[in-house]
Amino acid sequence: MNFVQNFPCFSIVLCMAAGIISTPMKGKTAKYMTLTVVSLVAVMSIATLSYVAATGESFVYVMGRYPAPWGNEIRAGVLEALLATVFALVMLFSLLGGMEHLFRVVDPGKINLYFILVDLLLSSLLAIIYTNDLFTGYVFVEINTIAACGLIMIRGSGRSLLAATRYMVMSLIGSGLFLISLAMLYDITGHLLMENVHTAIVHLVDTREYLVPLLVIISLSTVGLAIKSGLYPFHSWMPDAYGYAPASSSAILSGLVSKSYIVLLIKIFYRVIGFDIIVRSKIVNVLFVFGLIGMIMGSVSAIMAKDIYKMIAYSSIAQIGYVYMGIGLATREGMTAAVFHILTHAVTKSLLFVSAKGLTDASGNQKAYPALQGAAFRNPLAGAAFLVGSLSMVGIPMLAGFISKLLFATAALGADPKKTLVTLIVLAVSTVLNAVYFLHTVIRIYTPVNIPENVKGIHIHVKAGAAAALVALILLNFVLGLLSQPITDLIHAGIDMFA
Amino acid sequence: MGPNLWMNIEEIAAVILFGVGFTTLLLHKNMIKKIIGLNIMDTAVYLFLAAMGYVDGRIAPIVENGVTDAEVYINPIPSGLVLTGIVVSVSVTALMLSLTVCLFRKYHSLDLDEILIRMQKEELR
Repeated sequence: MNFVQNFPCFSIVLCMAAGIISTPMKGKTAKYMTLTVVSLVAVMSIATLSYVAATGESFVYVMGRYPAPWGNEIRAGVLEALLATVFALVMLFSLLGGMEHLFRVVDPGKINLYFILVDLLLSSLLAIIYTNDLFTGYVFVEINTIAACGLIMIRGSGRSLLAATRYMVMSLIGSGLFLISLAMLYDITGHLLMENVHTAIVHLVDTREYLVPLLVIISLSTVGLAIKSGLYPFHSWMPDAYGYAPASSSAILSGLVSKSYIVLLIKIFYRVIGFDIIVRSKIVNVLFVFGLIGMIMGSVSAIMAKDIYKMIAYSSIAQIGYVYMGIGLATREGMTAAVFHILTHAVTKSLLFVSAKGLTDASGNQKAYPALQGAAFRNPLAGAAFLVGSLSMVGIPMLAGFISKLLFATAALGADPKKTLVTLIVLAVSTVLNAVYFLHTVIRIYTPVNIPENVKGIHIHVKAGAAAALVALILLNFVLGLLSQPITDLIHAGIDMFA
Repeated sequence: MGPNLWMNIEEIAAVILFGVGFTTLLLHKNMIKKIIGLNIMDTAVYLFLAAMGYVDGRIAPIVENGVTDAEVYINPIPSGLVLTGIVVSVSVTALMLSLTVCLFRKYHSLDLDEILIRMQKEELR
């Protein structure tokens, strides 16, 4: 066994251990340790990625002493390693970018708790990505929810507490549905490891037994995870949760946490149920329709939003809609586009949240649009970063968002003819709406204005860490946009390894 | 249909309880009732798992008197899942309760609508 094969397990355990050790530490120490751990995880994920890309096949890592049908396993393929790499990098830069703000708004005695939560969150994200066992997946989904709730409520203000409560209620409903679907799945198959469940399901479908329970299981787990990731009709908690949490929390939540549930759903589709059975069950059509509605409704709400954070939050709803629309196309190309958009959105949304923080800081901590006028001149780097993020979300060539939209459009052409036209139309309409609200904000921040009274004495100097984070996120956007071919090849290879 | 229904009575009870808990968690405005709903919902799943894992006439999977024959015991995995699930739901309940305490200290109400109204009043002031 190659030493690199230990890395997925190491990174999960390392994050957990860091979380536990941080408990008695001071805020500053915990901060440095978390940053080190997250960087280490990024390095290990890159090593894993290059290893699986070179060998061309996935590997299974047995946890504990018991082999396949009984024990617990980790599985790493190209897609898992790629997602882990991007997630770790985005988390690192979101933390760095929002660090100063974090130390400003969070009670100094509590700041180490924030880093414990971040460590636990990263470990559960990695575990959800890598796990080969459904029940382990469920347990880490819950850990993810708890840690995310902590990230929302860390400020302790009334608004953030209420947002956290709403988030918890919706998440718990989602996990309840997911849990009962797992219980039923275990009942009809007798297994929890993904390969074994898949073999059992293929057998059941061949002999035409338990088809109704199987349909119930597929719908319950899909709806459960869709609720947790904030698909359109279940999005009501998102704007408040992202709007009142610290900037790094919002970046991590919208970029990574809601995406991890989609990753788990894709794993269930491919590795547990089998994609042709999913397509025949028509559940993808449901996701497709709600994805399309979400793309439009999210953008419409974003246009009507009164402040910059709400606008970015509503835009997240639209982007989640894009991902589900890609899954709903029910082709390999559609799935590739969806996974690529997960990466795009993770990189771009964190950039937008962190730069929006820089802009509001330069406007005397006001987030309403009138106060933001000319903010890009008061904080040029944040302004530039917001510009790049907006252009990427709108879909300007050379940036990540353009490739996403291109992939979605190409995938639509190869999909079911009934879906092609409606996908292309909604994609076009949604792009126009994106342009309306993002460019409206960009024009607003680049409109020169006499410095208003409330920000006169405030001197903006961006800390080196935050500046580095913004530059790195901008670069990641360009990397995804310019090196899209190798990355889509990797995603293709990863999806083939799933099947 | 009839005999099958009677045979699976525990599962039917579990699914009904799940529905009761689910709607309570989703629709009730009162935080404490929401938490009760959450617990009913989770417990229903454990009833479902435990009922499915039980085999008539066998005993709990704890080795007694050195009997290691698998035919004597019920399937231990559902019981293990129930235990893990209980740990998860206890921690989630604790978190929800602590959120309730924080909200109650700030706004002196358990009703979510009432809390929202008081919050908006406070912001206007």
